Amino acid sequence: MSLAGIPRKLLVLVVLLLSVLGLCLQSALAADEADHIASTVVSSADPIEQALLDVKSEDAAVRSKAVALLIEKGDASLIPKLDAIRAEADRAIRVAIKPVIDLLKNRANLTSEQSDTRRSAAADLVGTGRPEAITWLEQAAAKEPVWWVKYTMEESAQLIQLRSEDQAVQLVAVKKLGELRSQNGLSALKEFVEAGAQSGATNEQRALAEAAQTSVERIDSWSRWASVMETLFRGVSLSSILLIMSLGLAIVFGLMGVINMAHGELMMIGAYATFVTQQAFIAWFSPEMFDWYFPVALPVAFVTAAAFGWVLEATVIRFLYGRLLETLLATWGVSLILMQAARVYFGDLTAVIAPQALRGGAQVMVGVYLPYNRIFIIVLSTICVLGIYFLLFRSNLGIRVRSVTQNRNMSACLGIPTRKVDSYTFAFASGLAGIAGWALTMVGNVDPGLGQNYIVDSFMVVVTGGVGKLAGTIWASLGIGGLNKLIEPVSGAVYGKVFILVGVILFLQWRPQGLFAAKGRNADA
Amino acid sequence: MDKKVSQDSQNVNEAVTPTEEAGSSRREFLGQSGRVAAGVGVAALLGNLGNYALSYAAGGPPIKIGVLHSLSGTMAISEVSLRDVVLMAVEEINKAGGVMGRQVEAKVVDPASNWDLFAEKAKQLLLEDKVSVVFGCWTSVSRKSVLPVFEKNNGLLFYPVQYEGEECSRNVFYTGAAVNQQAAPAVEYLMSQEGGNYKKFYLLGTDYVYPRTTNKILRAMLLAKKVPASNIEEEYTPFHHQDYQTICGKIKKFAAGGGAAVISTINGDSNVPFYKEFGNQGLRAEDAPIMAFSVAEDELRGMDTSALVGHLAAWNYYQSVDTPQNKKFVANFKAYCKRNNLPDGENRVTDDPIEAAYFGVYVWKQAVEKAGDIGVDKVRKAVYGQKFLAPGGQIMMDEANQHTHKPVLIGEILKDGQFKVIHRSKGLVKPEPWSEYTNPEKGCDWINHQGTYQKK
Amino acid sequence: MPEQAVARQDSRETLSFYVVGALFLIVVPLLNVLPAEDSWLHISDFRLNQFGKFLAFAILALGLDLIWGYCGVLSLGQGVFFGFGAYCMGMYLSLQIGKESVYGSELPDFMVWTQVKELPLFWYPFKNFIGGFLGAMLVPMLFATIFGFLAFRSRIKGVYFAIITQALAFAAWLVFNRNETRLGGTNGLTDFKQLLGFRLSDPSTQRGLYILTVLALAASYMLCRWIVASRAGNVLIAIRDSESRVTFSGYTPWKYKLFVFVVAAGLAGLAGMLYVPQVGIITPAQIGVLPSLEVVIWVAVGGRGTLIGAILGAVAVNYGRSVLTNYFPEAWPFILGGLFVVVVTMFPDGLVGMIRKLSDRKKTPSPLIKAEGSTAA
Repeated sequence: MSLAGIPRKLLVLVVLLLSVLGLCLQSALAADEADHIASTVVSSADPIEQALLDVKSEDAAVRSKAVALLIEKGDASLIPKLDAIRAEADRAIRVAIKPVIDLLKNRANLTSEQSDTRRSAAADLVGTGRPEAITWLEQAAAKEPVWWVKYTMEESAQLIQLRSEDQAVQLVAVKKLGELRSQNGLSALKEFVEAGAQSGATNEQRALAEAAQTSVERIDSWSRWASVMETLFRGVSLSSILLIMSLGLAIVFGLMGVINMAHGELMMIGAYATFVTQQAFIAWFSPEMFDWYFPVALPVAFVTAAAFGWVLEATVIRFLYGRLLETLLATWGVSLILMQAARVYFGDLTAVIAPQALRGGAQVMVGVYLPYNRIFIIVLSTICVLGIYFLLFRSNLGIRVRSVTQNRNMSACLGIPTRKVDSYTFAFASGLAGIAGWALTMVGNVDPGLGQNYIVDSFMVVVTGGVGKLAGTIWASLGIGGLNKLIEPVSGAVYGKVFILVGVILFLQWRPQGLFAAKGRNADA
Repeated sequence: MDKKVSQDSQNVNEAVTPTEEAGSSRREFLGQSGRVAAGVGVAALLGNLGNYALSYAAGGPPIKIGVLHSLSGTMAISEVSLRDVVLMAVEEINKAGGVMGRQVEAKVVDPASNWDLFAEKAKQLLLEDKVSVVFGCWTSVSRKSVLPVFEKNNGLLFYPVQYEGEECSRNVFYTGAAVNQQAAPAVEYLMSQEGGNYKKFYLLGTDYVYPRTTNKILRAMLLAKKVPASNIEEEYTPFHHQDYQTICGKIKKFAAGGGAAVISTINGDSNVPFYKEFGNQGLRAEDAPIMAFSVAEDELRGMDTSALVGHLAAWNYYQSVDTPQNKKFVANFKAYCKRNNLPDGENRVTDDPIEAAYFGVYVWKQAVEKAGDIGVDKVRKAVYGQKFLAPGGQIMMDEANQHTHKPVLIGEILKDGQFKVIHRSKGLVKPEPWSEYTNPEKGCDWINHQGTYQKK
Repeated sequence: MPEQAVARQDSRETLSFYVVGALFLIVVPLLNVLPAEDSWLHISDFRLNQFGKFLAFAILALGLDLIWGYCGVLSLGQGVFFGFGAYCMGMYLSLQIGKESVYGSELPDFMVWTQVKELPLFWYPFKNFIGGFLGAMLVPMLFATIFGFLAFRSRIKGVYFAIITQALAFAAWLVFNRNETRLGGTNGLTDFKQLLGFRLSDPSTQRGLYILTVLALAASYMLCRWIVASRAGNVLIAIRDSESRVTFSGYTPWKYKLFVFVVAAGLAGLAGMLYVPQVGIITPAQIGVLPSLEVVIWVAVGGRGTLIGAILGAVAVNYGRSVLTNYFPEAWPFILGGLFVVVVTMFPDGLVGMIRKLSDRKKTPSPLIKAEGSTAA
């Protein structure tokens, strides 16, 4: 009885103890209880579900195991679930989950419709450093139609290989990166070279270093070429901006001898016209039509600026014929007024959103990436030059303009209405400024100071080019733009500009009337 | 402008806030004192009488304050908003009964973005108009230009913009961030696990004192944190620089291989061409994020933000900060701009300097009320240690060094030109006008020392 | 031109010169000191200081008038010479701050934050006042000599010269903004404490500087009058009206141009030197394209080709700006721009021209102003 009594008492005690313990546990784990039950139930069913639960574990080892499993077996369908976990979890877990999400997202993105997304995904996979990604990248690369995306995939795969434990694999990757001329591999390769140069380096490390050295040299010599190409492109791009700004200025200067200080503000008007057109599209047209605002804005900008120019000519400049310096001053007064008017009227809520087609750029070769907006401006300025050429040399107005430019009095005697020619030409040149403003919205601000930023440069072009010759303007802008970009990497932006200005002053020593001076017998010309 | 303010202050607002209630009851009392004397309970009467008597004793001619922000020229785009918010704060204060029962009268002048004119206008405010405090300046050069004027004439300036530090003037209260409250934590964040473990830093700025000094401090900090000098690149462009082709090319080379971030102290209108070129050259926020210290909501509203999305900024306040007082502040500011037909009306946004300018006025008000006087020396002493529930949260004026304790927030730029807060400092960060990295031996203290002093 | 008219104008100008000079030299400072502060006659320290600044600008305008109004050479870079003078004086003043600076260093503040450890060599001459004074006069003149020699000798003129000088202003602005030039970058030089031992914050020092400025302006005016009235002055006007005829008459115009250009630069340097201690700051903003063009406005508004006009224009426009920006800050650029357009198109003789027209209705209009119409091709 007593024996039987004791166990019974014990039993009661144990039960009591257990229930107390249970209560404690229950209250301690109240939040996780449901998960625990669930986990025990599902564990055998699906390793992925299990891993999804395990990543939330407090135990770092369990977590990393689960993470590894998720990376290996998981796919994009897990992302919403992981995101849900991430939203509730605390920092340690968020940090643990992040690579999984990144990896899975990027893996999914490798097969995206957009080539940019595919490429970004490939580039981002390098950061994870996961060897699993190599096979994904290789598979994706095999199917990839766009060469640049394919290149990135191959490059990324090799970059991950570089971190392999196996030195044979590393050696292959090092050589392969050299063949690819990989810019992104350069810093890692240099580390190999440094590691091999150390005194305690093993033979394998030396071999790697040697291979890395060859690859680095290959990449370097390639990137020298690439930077020459890019510098050239930048020079041409800056030149084309200068050209498109100076064309109108040069025509007016050649024809009437007027330096129009408000030319920059006419550009600003073109830019604001573009902005207004864009706002009109936002207000009245459907969002799918939005990108069409940009082509529509071209005539709007041209006409608006031309109208302003016409009014300017009729109200101010016509009173000042024959007084060159006065036109310079008066137009500067006008430019002050226009600038402040824009500031007061438009304030600062002016952003022109580039149409989809002009965003981003084209990878023409490894290391050379050309932005579309720059290409666009180069093409545009070429078209403008051709247009002006035909207008000046193949049209009736052109003949009159040229004859008035050459000899105003004689032209008047021959019955050419010189005042009308002036007026039309001025309006046309202003319209060109409007087009320049339209194009500039793709590279810079739309703000009241827009014109001021470029005006001194375009004056330089006109003065260097000389009066009245289209060719002078083209050569001068190519020279100034090109030199600027050539000097800039060495001297920095500011001294580049200063050198150019000094250069122009010295150049005028040699040719006071600019590159293509008008030949004549007038001593005062 | 001052006329408008006093007119507006006469339209008694019906909104019910504690302070405004007190103010309107006082006015009611003025109007109906006869009937009140007969009808209202003695206690209430006494209470009101006391209130009235107090305000009368303290009351008198309006207190003149100066507003010194560029309303024309290149800086107008940023500074006009600060003028607006200061006038709004003045209007609020006046509606609520003024400062010590006296109305506040704002004298607005326009230094036209011309640094020399800043000095002249400051002289005018202090000597001609005899204002008791000035709220103003944006650029460091404008502050440096008025500093001698304020020191010579013992004026008081509330300066609301983040700045480079290394200054400890007795006559200036800095309600914006010092370097250790904005730039340094931002870079620390980028270096952290959470921020992305960045290892290489391209310090790019406009060539003037703020970027130069900030980058000097950041460089010292990075070197102290064992970032090799070869992983730090520093470059400056002139004001209004437009052509960022070459620089973005350099950044691209620098960022190749990953782990690089750009720390941008580019100012004003150079930002749009820079971000555009950055995006167009194929650089992405994921490859190399740009952490900017001079791009806030007010600048973003005029930009095409598509090129900026995903890039970062560090400030002490964002319009998106989720506090009840901020919701009210933002709504009030928009309503104020609309009511006064200011450009863009309801579309206006608030940002860090706007908030700092706003609470600066209130800090001054509290200090005047604590001091019971508008004399500069008394007010200055009363400012130390003032606390205020600013729109972005509680702030505190330092006990001795003229600066403000503020929280640090890292934000990510969203498509609509707003910021998503992705990191927030724990509590308030104590301002250090002298950085521990570049001037560890120096401190700023106007209580125990005479301004800048050598630490033992 | 009728001789008597010129003589009469001369005597009238001389008379007004003495009257106005006495007013500014004696009456204005007295009004600053004598009347009680609240009296309406009282001129506050602030206003006196402001006048001082305007009069310094007037010296700058005189220089431009000499070269533009009399010689027909439009320089859009006068701000640069002004800046050279101002910076030279500013460097001297910066070195006088000594230990009073924010950083407590002997070096100017900006050198401390740009981490310059030692005073750059080119700062040494400015350690004493003589160096600062000579620098402020000679540096602009030397620079003008080199630049002018290059420009005039190769016959860069008219619009070309205007644009080149504008480019010069732009380039100088860029360079002065750089911090590596060791001139304070955008912030320039500021926070000056004393000049020759006098505290700059002292009202009496400012009064002294004001009187000095009036005297300098008077001296500059006399110098300009002397040049204009001399034989060389006639050649200058001849160059303005038709350079080629002057050349054919056996003169070498570029030497005359160079001479006035250098004198104008010296005057600009003098103006800058007087400006700095009175305003207390000099920054690159003062030497850019815009400030250089503003000088042209002053002269155009006052009436170019008359020395009094330059002074009048400088004071009137600056005073107008100071008053108007108080009331209509956003309208000021409209006013300034409008003024320019209206004056240039309708009143090429400026204020002085208008006054003259009103006073001698019957006489022929001022013969001095026949702009360079003949140079138009």
